[in-house]
Amino acid sequence: MNAKLPAAAVVACLLAASTAHAQIKIAVIQELSGTGATAGTNFKNGVDLAVKEINAAGGILGQKLDATFEDTQSNPGVAKGLALKAVDDGAFAVFGPTFSGSMLVSMAQTRRAEVPNFTGADAATLTQQGNPYIFRTSFTQLISMPRVAHYLASALKARRVAVIFVNNDFGKGGRDAFVKAAVAAGLTVTADVSTEAGQLDFSAPVLKARQSDPDALFVYTNEEESARCLRELRKQAFARPIVGETTLAGQRVIELAGAAANGVLAHVGLTVDAPIPAVHEFRARFEKAYKYVPDHNGIKGYTSVFFLKAGIEAAGKLDRVAVARALHGLKIRAAKQPGVLMDVAIDDHGDLDRASFIVQVKDGKQEVKEVLPPVARF
Amino acid sequence: MADFLQLLVSGLATGSIYALAGLGFTLLWQASGTLNFAQGEFVMLPAFGILALSGLGLPLPVAFAVTCAVAVVVLGWGFKRGIADPLLRSGHMPVVVATLGLSIALRNAVRAGYSAEAHPFPSVFGDDLFHIAGVVVTRIDLGTLAAALVLVLGTQAFLARTVTGRAMQAVAQDPDSAVVVGIDVPRMILYAFAVNAVLACAAALLVTPTYLAKFDMGESLGTKAFFAAVIGGFNNARGTLLGGIVVGVCENLAAAYVSASYKDAVALALFLFVLLVRPQGLLGKPVERRV
Repeated sequence: MNAKLPAAAVVACLLAASTAHAQIKIAVIQELSGTGATAGTNFKNGVDLAVKEINAAGGILGQKLDATFEDTQSNPGVAKGLALKAVDDGAFAVFGPTFSGSMLVSMAQTRRAEVPNFTGADAATLTQQGNPYIFRTSFTQLISMPRVAHYLASALKARRVAVIFVNNDFGKGGRDAFVKAAVAAGLTVTADVSTEAGQLDFSAPVLKARQSDPDALFVYTNEEESARCLRELRKQAFARPIVGETTLAGQRVIELAGAAANGVLAHVGLTVDAPIPAVHEFRARFEKAYKYVPDHNGIKGYTSVFFLKAGIEAAGKLDRVAVARALHGLKIRAAKQPGVLMDVAIDDHGDLDRASFIVQVKDGKQEVKEVLPPVARF
Repeated sequence: MADFLQLLVSGLATGSIYALAGLGFTLLWQASGTLNFAQGEFVMLPAFGILALSGLGLPLPVAFAVTCAVAVVVLGWGFKRGIADPLLRSGHMPVVVATLGLSIALRNAVRAGYSAEAHPFPSVFGDDLFHIAGVVVTRIDLGTLAAALVLVLGTQAFLARTVTGRAMQAVAQDPDSAVVVGIDVPRMILYAFAVNAVLACAAALLVTPTYLAKFDMGESLGTKAFFAAVIGGFNNARGTLLGGIVVGVCENLAAAYVSASYKDAVALALFLFVLLVRPQGLLGKPVERRV
């Protein structure tokens, strides 16, 4: 009996210690290399900053966040394997991937294990499959594209529009949503030009778009390709409005494209140049920590951790299913949860609604031209 | 017609870069029988070298000159002594496998050490626009084309018209006879590796403003350069220039008039066609080998 006492004491001490240091494990699965490296790195750094701030403020329900970061290499197969690993490692929530194609194959793993999965992917199909554990950190293409088409038709008075898109899940989903919205807005699509992920030379796609004599050009490609496309558009002296959705006017694209990005118009769900003090403060903290200006993916990563925090606090317990339920239909006010930066409403599908912006690139910086209010009432 | 010319000019600029990188393949093959499948990474590394030195505040020409000097030592002498010399004793295949491995190692080293993201790269020519016969051309396109032509033809002239160049050719054709007539064979081979390193630096300076500096930028460039060298003729510098231009222009025309999806297949199709119809390449000479 006496021999068992020390052992019992050790077990008790270990249990006590584990309770005191209990942590909420989150797995960040992002495109840290390959064609999605810019988006993935921004998202990852955004999550990292949020985790540090939340932990410094005492954690969530008194427990600290413990984040692990994994690289999908922009490869759906790797992303699926990493999602499985995250689930097996007991992650409370998964953040990523950002590429729609990767998300489409990896989200089955998190759904099977009932793990809330936050993503910056834009493809409309992601939240149309009845998966109750998927939560977006940005607009679906079905919400953003009609806003772009409406802007083209009403503000720019365009009647003919050419489209250049990237031939992957992100690009095809965006192209389909845009063309549908454009036709509904009374626009004629004069050229529908597909390009490849990682494409280096855009002379032929730009020429095809130019030949169709459009009033405006809609470009929907990933970051590096967007920069190369803008450089080629400048090279071929394309003089009509160039319009995009979020990525085209992203900070990274502006840096890579240089002067060729000036004049570009885009609808953005998130921008570090939004006329909102909380966003400005976030930008300053991010820039101080990572020595560069974040793009919209940085905001997505940062705010997504605060979505989880709001969900856990609304559920009142660390229960994945309860947190997912609490997040559906949740309206998070920035006044109560400053980390979300702007009031946001999450619907029953995991899609979200909040204010958005029309921006224009001037002298290498985004300038907000118009603020579009959210549909939801707060 | 103006559109066709637009595609032609753009294809010529791209093709001249393929030729410049492809010239490295032919030089090393002729001088020492080395097939360097890390040639694309030999262009990528100087690009990051120039970028890093520019980041330290050095003007672009100085950064380029310093990078050339380092490349001659590392990518020229170091590559020859560390990989080519010891492995060539066992035949060509070990060198092919080693350079394939080297290309993967270099890509991942840059990814780990610098970052996986693309970086903007300063252009030596600027990006002013000109309108010539209805075609919009940029200073960077014209500059790239002119510089690549000068470098390829200059290399050809160096090989054909200087004593050192002729000695290098003699070594390429028959090393044993070259020794008999008093040529310092190891030195000539070293010169070929050094020239290849400098050409890689020049290609990096010309291509990176368009491709952007990224760890995997050499992957496609190396493959296209190899195709260009084979299509043009592996034993002829002017053939490599022709091969590069044929690949660059055909790619552009295919992307515009067929589909962008088939763009990369064009070089491969040309490569296979030439191998089947004219194995020595468009301007290459057939070489008989005793087995």
